[in-house]
Amino acid sequence: MLSLTGALVREGVLAAEKELATAIAQGGKVEIDLSAVTSIDSAGVALLATYARRLRQDGGSLHLMGARPEVERTLELFPFLEEVPPEVPNRPGWFETMGERGLVAREVALQYLVLCADAAYFTVQGIWQRRGIRWSVVFYEMAMMGSKATGVVGLISFLVGTTITLQSADQLRQFGANIFAVNLIGISMTRELGPLMAAIVVAGRSGSAVAAELGTMMVSEEIDALKTLGLHPTRFLVVPKLLAITITQPLLTILADAAGIFGGFLVCTSYLDIAPGVFFDRLQESLYLKDLMTGLIKSVVFAQLIVTIGAICGLRTRGGADAVGRSTTVAVVAGIFAVIVADAIASLIFYFGA
Amino acid sequence: MEDVTIQVQGLVARYGEKVVLDGVDLTVKKGELRVILGGSGCGKSTLLKHLIGLLPPSAGSIQLLDVDLATADEPEKQAVLGRIGMLFQGGALLNSMTLHENVALPMEERTHLPTEVIDEMVRMKLAMVGLAEASPLFPPELSGGMRKRAALARAMALDPAVLFCDEPSAGLDPITSAALDELLLSIRDRFGMSMVVVTHELESIRRIADRATMLDKGKVIADGTLAEVEASPHPMVRAFFDRRPEAEGTRSSVWSALGASGGPP
Ligand SMILES: Nc1ncnc2c1ncn2[C@@H]1O[C@H](COP(=O)(O)OP(=O)(O)OP(=O)(O)O)[C@@H](O)[C@H]1O
Ligand SMILES: [Mg+2]
Repeated sequence: MLSLTGALVREGVLAAEKELATAIAQGGKVEIDLSAVTSIDSAGVALLATYARRLRQDGGSLHLMGARPEVERTLELFPFLEEVPPEVPNRPGWFETMGERGLVAREVALQYLVLCADAAYFTVQGIWQRRGIRWSVVFYEMAMMGSKATGVVGLISFLVGTTITLQSADQLRQFGANIFAVNLIGISMTRELGPLMAAIVVAGRSGSAVAAELGTMMVSEEIDALKTLGLHPTRFLVVPKLLAITITQPLLTILADAAGIFGGFLVCTSYLDIAPGVFFDRLQESLYLKDLMTGLIKSVVFAQLIVTIGAICGLRTRGGADAVGRSTTVAVVAGIFAVIVADAIASLIFYFGA
Repeated sequence: MEDVTIQVQGLVARYGEKVVLDGVDLTVKKGELRVILGGSGCGKSTLLKHLIGLLPPSAGSIQLLDVDLATADEPEKQAVLGRIGMLFQGGALLNSMTLHENVALPMEERTHLPTEVIDEMVRMKLAMVGLAEASPLFPPELSGGMRKRAALARAMALDPAVLFCDEPSAGLDPITSAALDELLLSIRDRFGMSMVVVTHELESIRRIADRATMLDKGKVIADGTLAEVEASPHPMVRAFFDRRPEAEGTRSSVWSALGASGGPP
């Protein structure tokens, strides 16, 4: 028989715990005298319940006796669960996880196709209808996704152009082929690096913004509300962004091309001793309209990928604030990945097509 | 003055320019269950947020458990916050944690109890609000009423000396809501805790209120025992208890403004 004394409350539980631990050590039927316990709170009750549970597991039992009325009423207030509910659901096995991922991937792919089809349909339909497209929103999005990105895109492309020219200059000089640095920077910027740099910056800025916006609307039931109001979320939210970025992305790409070539120009004229006039003549000879157009077409494709991927990530958000964070991350990673894959595919097409 | 839990004098609350509470006085005694009444948007949630020190008062003073949270230093403030529980109107559970973890959080942060005892306490509290089975779920997987009850379990986690509840029974069915009232009353009786409860449910008010305070347009328009408040002749109080829309006097309809009989000639 163990006799506990004093207040069995949050602050005093640790002392009582030692006594209880020794009392139940030998197991069997343990009786606890509570007549000297002056008060008890939920921590005290939980302590008794914990030890009762432990003792039961070893086949023993715990009996409380002699509690004062107030203490007894507190003990009566709190429920004791005979069986402890499982804390975490069973972890699925490897095959189950993989199978589930496969199913999810299929679902995402389907949902993505539907989103793209809807977006295409609503764009065409919207252009025909009188109030189909909310142009004010499109202009707002153009400012957010285009104008606000000009600084970063320009600066990054300028630095890339400078670096590439510098790195290749040494190699070219060894062959006395300085002048080819102009071809190199012109072609690589317009065909490849301009569109790519602009797209990567925009994937980081706008892909994440789209996912965060739609994701937040998803978790706060705003998307559900839109549907009840008869507004298709794709038409209402995605189409304006798609239109806006389709207009701004080629412009950003031209800016990137120009900034990169300007970086190359500075290196060529200062470091490689190429006269400015020679630089521009050479650039004109080596660049074809086709190179520029290839880059611009690619940029439109990249832009559509970025927005649609951001949108699908946002619309698949379930849960709370943390889920929004996760979809935003996925949107950026998947967006950049898709842009690079698309770029590789485009290179193959243009290579074999030409 | 241990028997006064909350003492508010001349509280003025603003959001920017907008004055929401304009000179509110309120005294809550130990062991008292105080109900705050008032129309939607009259500043009840704002009052609670001031009481627990989340928002600093623009003017006036608030004593909670004999401490003025606006001027108290950090350890003193934390000591008081450890003795109160708040059930937010929207639940405010942390969505990235299971129910069990949500309720365990204040215990882990503010006590040195062994994990096993904390787990047992969490089970007790969740069982009290009827959510024993739901402990491994995440809040977004619950219904609105379940979230409310889970939030109450978290507010009660540390057997607070003062419990604040912002519309505990909103969104609950009448049976659960009655059970919740019983629960509030029984823990109040057991621990002698004070409670400040915002609610609109007449039935619930009649069941639980010791005293009531009614707010309107930033002022206290009635204060006292439930019977005293119910007997007040103030039109807003009458409208509330008689369940009539308040007579808004001068509101005109399109017809009365522009129709044949009304309007300027
Ligand atoms: N963060 C905020 N910024 C500006 N104004 C606010 C803010 N929160 C509340 N308000 C305004 O303060 C007033 C009181 O709001 P409060 O949330 O306290 O109302 P309430 O009495 O709890 O209403 P309800 O019963 O609908 O919950 C409202 O008019 C609201 O517009
Ligand atoms: Mg409120």
